[in-house]
Amino acid sequence: MNYLLDALAWIADPARWPGPDGIATRLGEHLAYSAVGVLIACAIGIPAGWLVGHTRRGRGLAVGLSGAARALPTLGVVTLLGILLGIGLVGPLVAFVVLALPSVLAGAYAGVEAVDPQAVDGARASGMTEAQVLTRVEIPLGLPLLVGGVRSAFLQVIATATLAAYVGAGGLGRYLFLGLKTQDYPQMLAASLLVVALALVCDLVFAALQRVAAPAGVRPH
Amino acid sequence: MTAISRRRLAALAALAGAGTLAGCARTNPLDAPSPAATTPGTMSGPGTPDAKVTLVVGSQQYYSNEIIAELYAQALENAGYDVERQFQIGQREVYLPEIEAAEVDVLPEYAGNLLQYYDKTATATDAAGMTQALAAALPDGLRVLAPAEASDQDSYTVTKAFADEHGLTSIGDLAKAPQPVKLAANAEFATRPYGPEGAKATYGVDIELVPVEDSGGPLTARALKDGTVQVADLYTADPTIAKEGFVILEDPEGLILPQNVVPLVSSKVDGAAAAAIEAVNAKLTVAELQALNARSIDEQARSADIATDWLSAQGLA
Repeated sequence: MNYLLDALAWIADPARWPGPDGIATRLGEHLAYSAVGVLIACAIGIPAGWLVGHTRRGRGLAVGLSGAARALPTLGVVTLLGILLGIGLVGPLVAFVVLALPSVLAGAYAGVEAVDPQAVDGARASGMTEAQVLTRVEIPLGLPLLVGGVRSAFLQVIATATLAAYVGAGGLGRYLFLGLKTQDYPQMLAASLLVVALALVCDLVFAALQRVAAPAGVRPH
Repeated sequence: MTAISRRRLAALAALAGAGTLAGCARTNPLDAPSPAATTPGTMSGPGTPDAKVTLVVGSQQYYSNEIIAELYAQALENAGYDVERQFQIGQREVYLPEIEAAEVDVLPEYAGNLLQYYDKTATATDAAGMTQALAAALPDGLRVLAPAEASDQDSYTVTKAFADEHGLTSIGDLAKAPQPVKLAANAEFATRPYGPEGAKATYGVDIELVPVEDSGGPLTARALKDGTVQVADLYTADPTIAKEGFVILEDPEGLILPQNVVPLVSSKVDGAAAAAIEAVNAKLTVAELQALNARSIDEQARSADIATDWLSAQGLA
């Protein structure tokens, strides 16, 4: 209980927020690393997922590959890439992409696959091309599931982005490692609380997005 | 977990042994107590083969420390002692209580950190002063033997190219390089007396810390090699330093506490046992320790094999 109070006092201290080592900077870095990682994962995973969902082919391969990559321990990936490419952001970013990809991919293909087959058949029957079926029917109807996939990917990456600090980058992990190595447990706990708070706020934003993403016709009343 | 269960096993074995001894005592009540049944530490002659004392050799959870522990263990065995190994016990907070409670008899330690543990106000900054200060600071029943020349301590290490470019030999020379100088080390380096503040106060050097959390491991070495940082905090016994031709900057003002390898022993260690351990220490230079560590890293050789080979090469087997 004392640790918790100390940690809250640590966060509440206004002197800790500004400056290049301040909490504001570290929060911003943490959010930025997570966002970039998930964006790259989206750029790869969403087109691939739509393709898999639309054609119903290659699902086993896509799921197997991304799932296997997901099983790599993230700290191991960060360390290995750090040794290969040098310290800095590149290693952690690749690790975050690997971490985010399966959820994004699953959201994309599951969304398309879950569309009512009658709607797809109707679209084909009314003369739509395959591209039109995908862009006008399957993608809009599958959007809530896709946003759900991105949401879960983002949460996982925010929770893991502390590892960026292991190889000389910033983020909230800086406080975590410093607290760990100097037995400053209030600081460690404060960093963890900040990560949790950031994750919760982002999750709320995504929950709202997910609701907005559903096309008007299928939105729950 | 392994260490704990191993210790538990050892405790069981000790209990079983005690039971056997008690049994003997009951069957031969008139016998004089056998040498093995006497209290440990009352061994009469050094290395007398019939009066075997079992010495417990422990080590930190650190590969290099285990190699040194294995050197001591085999040297003791060669001198006729029974040795029980309890390696990888953990860090100082875990194993020092063990040795204080006489569960462990021999542990390779590092002078500066050991002294800091028992005396936070210690001011000694050289190996000789520290050995003296340790003698006063250690709890009753514990003592340290003669330190080795080898030390395993934090350092300000640079590449050969960087040292040549700016004519660097000591930490103070870093002031000649463009400021601030980037230094890769664990995050806690920022809070250490030999960290950026110490470097500024003692040598007038501006350090910008780049935290890399692998304790001077391959990530830190890589950052130094590829020029991401100009200085790295590597441990002086790290074989990477010799392999990459890195230069350890001298520390004439004693910014960094010397961490010479020093055996911490209990009162069960008698004169002959101490002599066996000190014979190992006398040959243990920084270069030798780096070479021992290199065999563990490069060949993944077992510490027992590394120790056996080294002891016979040094004529100590």
